[in-house]
Amino acid sequence: MSELRFDDVTVRYGSGRRATTAVDGVRLVVPPGQVVGLVGESGSGKSTLARAAVGLVPVHSGRVLLDGEPVARRRRGPSPVQMVFQDPASSLDPRMTVGESIAEAVPHRTGGGAAALRAEVARLLTLVHLDPDRAGAYPGQLSGGQRQRVAIARALAARPRLVVADEITSALDVSIQGAVLNLVRELQRDLGLTVLFISHNLAVVRYVATQVAVLHHGRVVEQGTTAQVLGEPRHDYTRSLLAAVPAPLTSTEPVSTEPVSTEPASTRSTT
Amino acid sequence: MPARPSAPRRLPAVLRTPVGLAGTGLLTLLLTVAVLAPVLWGDAAEAIDTAAMLQGSSADHWAGTDNLGRDLMLRTLVATRLSLVLALAATALAVAVGLLLGTASLLLGARAGRLVTAGVNIAVAFPGLLLALFFAVVFGVGQVGSVLAIGLAGAPAFARLCQTLVAGVASRDYVAAARLAGVGRLRILLRHVLPNVGGPLVVNATIGAGGALLSFAGLSFLGLGVQAPAYDWGRLMQDGLNRIYLDPLAALVPGLAVVVAGLAFNLTGEAVARGFSIDTADGLGGVSLLAGGAVRTRRGRARRDRAAGAAASRTAPGAVAPDPTVADDGASGAGPGGASGAGPDGASGAVLDVADLVVTVPTPGGPVRPVRGVTFRVGRGEAVGVVGESGSGKTLTALAVARLLEAPTTVTARTLRFQGADLLATDLTAAQRTLLDTLLGTELAMVFQDPMSSFNPVRRMGTQLAEGARHHLRLGRRAARERAVDRLRAVRIPDPDRRAGQYPHEFSGGMRQRAMIGLGLMGSPALIVADEPTTALDVTVQRQVLDLLAEVRAQDAVALLLISHDVSVVADVCDRVLVMYAGRVVEDLPAAHLATGARHPYTRALVSAVPHLATDLDRPLTVIPGRPVDPADVPAGCPFAPRCPLADARCRTEDPELVDGVACWHPGERRPAEPAVVVA
Repeated sequence: MSELRFDDVTVRYGSGRRATTAVDGVRLVVPPGQVVGLVGESGSGKSTLARAAVGLVPVHSGRVLLDGEPVARRRRGPSPVQMVFQDPASSLDPRMTVGESIAEAVPHRTGGGAAALRAEVARLLTLVHLDPDRAGAYPGQLSGGQRQRVAIARALAARPRLVVADEITSALDVSIQGAVLNLVRELQRDLGLTVLFISHNLAVVRYVATQVAVLHHGRVVEQGTTAQVLGEPRHDYTRSLLAAVPAPLTSTEPVSTEPVSTEPASTRSTT
Repeated sequence: MPARPSAPRRLPAVLRTPVGLAGTGLLTLLLTVAVLAPVLWGDAAEAIDTAAMLQGSSADHWAGTDNLGRDLMLRTLVATRLSLVLALAATALAVAVGLLLGTASLLLGARAGRLVTAGVNIAVAFPGLLLALFFAVVFGVGQVGSVLAIGLAGAPAFARLCQTLVAGVASRDYVAAARLAGVGRLRILLRHVLPNVGGPLVVNATIGAGGALLSFAGLSFLGLGVQAPAYDWGRLMQDGLNRIYLDPLAALVPGLAVVVAGLAFNLTGEAVARGFSIDTADGLGGVSLLAGGAVRTRRGRARRDRAAGAAASRTAPGAVAPDPTVADDGASGAGPGGASGAGPDGASGAVLDVADLVVTVPTPGGPVRPVRGVTFRVGRGEAVGVVGESGSGKTLTALAVARLLEAPTTVTARTLRFQGADLLATDLTAAQRTLLDTLLGTELAMVFQDPMSSFNPVRRMGTQLAEGARHHLRLGRRAARERAVDRLRAVRIPDPDRRAGQYPHEFSGGMRQRAMIGLGLMGSPALIVADEPTTALDVTVQRQVLDLLAEVRAQDAVALLLISHDVSVVADVCDRVLVMYAGRVVEDLPAAHLATGARHPYTRALVSAVPHLATDLDRPLTVIPGRPVDPADVPAGCPFAPRCPLADARCRTEDPELVDGVACWHPGERRPAEPAVVVA
């Protein structure tokens, strides 16, 4: 896994006097094997930064470096930085089976023929906890959560050195959101995945990220470990973001005093 | 969710519609004639009969004869082949050139693409027939010349359509994903873009063929097209025109052939278009409504527009509190002081009383009931939250209560009373209906998820707020505007006087949502129905809107029905929470009990599935296995049973009723492994 470095990155839309600066001199490092959360409101430049990281948006000034190499200019083959998009309804081609979508991102040089490709698709589907038999299904036949898993599998298929996750749970139902977040944590833990995790939801970022950067009007106003930034925010804007989050459903009268049972999954997460 | 049928399987169904049947029937007839007529009558149509020149209609020659005594009916039939071949050739040329130009911007990259686009834009500005005439002169008269002329003249329009469609698909995320996966431009075009724009292009090509046919008839008629001795319909028309007053059929019969052929192409195109539009919509018309507040993208939510538009006309209304028309139930006497007393059991104090509400949506697969017997009350000044997943029926419940569902969707209920007035009464006089409308208009306010689509983008905010007040209470223009400005001030919009003169796009998202609440406050609402009012907003703006709703409630004892997928938002604002699943209320509990006192396993799962700022980081989030119930296919027994850790045989066969606030055969029971309580 690799280190992603935004070196004084500025992104502008338009030209001349009507140009707007979406991202303004961002310096940010995503260390190898870590999940860095990027929070901010709509219009703060989060998604622009994500698209700049994978080269879908040209950078006006500054550089996006992956292990010291510029990301944007590559000749052929899958990008070493892959992205998972917000809305799985529009990030999968409705007229391709999920197997085809995933296979498309598998690097050609991995060798083997059609059988090897099928096996790789099955492996990836299993990795995101989907039945490999679903490879023949069309996105329309899957639920939102399943589609998002497919999108994650496709990103992993390209053997990325870093994954950018752009609001990947905000289009999902709460019951499904949890499963996708668990998957992100699990993949990070098991594969040592490096992730730039973008979300407007502080609670979600707190759950998956080890470090947090707060973006406001295209600038990073605060960054540090998750505990630091959310626990002892130093910037006013971070404080106002935190104050706006609805209070957690804390109990005033604990009903049950059962000891917390040890589930297999939770045991794994503590090791 | 049923598998999405692919286009080929849908097409036969589409062709069975009257339009499709007529179109394909005509087209088949036309093609048969085109194939057979020259073989059968080719020689007869060329046979010169000097004895029967320039005759009118007769038993021997139905359409008469031409100046060489040739039978015009036969000639018209034989001309079918040439006319169609020329039209199709020109269409093929137009499509080929159009596709090339239309996809150039994707293949060549941004800079070269811009040049091509500019060229196409200029070419589109010339009328097609003018271009055809120009090319006809360039390429010379004759068949080849006119095919080139009409084909090239049709290309710019096709290129333009193609560009627009390609640009739409090229900006989709799956194209970006393919690009990141290292897929080349040509492959992206062939695999991702063309299949997804194919539908409209095919349709347009079909309709274009009809147009080409007419253009040929026109060119030949002008003498620029087919030259003697060859003949097509246009040529025949030209010959017949000279004696149209003596013998109208000579020109009318080939003319009729052109009309029939044009209709055949256009009707078929129309039918195919319908087939594709069904295919591209995510599911069928009726079913997409079921999804209600389903997919919470932070982007467009166009499907709400209609409902929102209806709401704007209904919720915008009376300025001063109207004399409550149906206030004889003592509800108005309760006043703000009675707010807290009116709980779920305060029968007389109920602002809204709903029993056994059922919403039925007709679909091709039979009627579907996304709301299956919902019962609840909202007391005066009470805030009731409705939570549930996509497809749980929460949005449809809200729309049904506000009487915003229109045919073919039907709403039935044992009781549906708002402020004591029966909303389901059908035998009303016109005057009573007006009173009911005024009651709904002034005392029920509706706030939608997307404030952008709730307002008319081309009218000033002040005018939109004032509109209903002027209509319902015949308030003067100035008085209504003053009220509007006052209401904007009441919802904390800075500089309301100036803001009232602005358009919706000049407001930020949060401000629009506040203006929407202000619109509801133009009357003196007893109930605000808010459907996901903050889902499209950022947390800080959400906070402001929630605070505003709380403030409005506190000031005027307004009741609130807040629909949300977010348990924490509902718990923050509401007194009581209804948890909906598969079109039913499965639990009705005080908001304070959500964290620890929930008895339905679904409620508990919903609560612990949402991460918050105190979630235990060492444990995976609770996951509800399986997927929400498809309203078209509700399982027997408790609909939650397939996803429930506590489900047993009884749960799978018997559907539990809502008893004592919970619809569950195992209320309050816990699976041994289930985490007890999510305590901070």
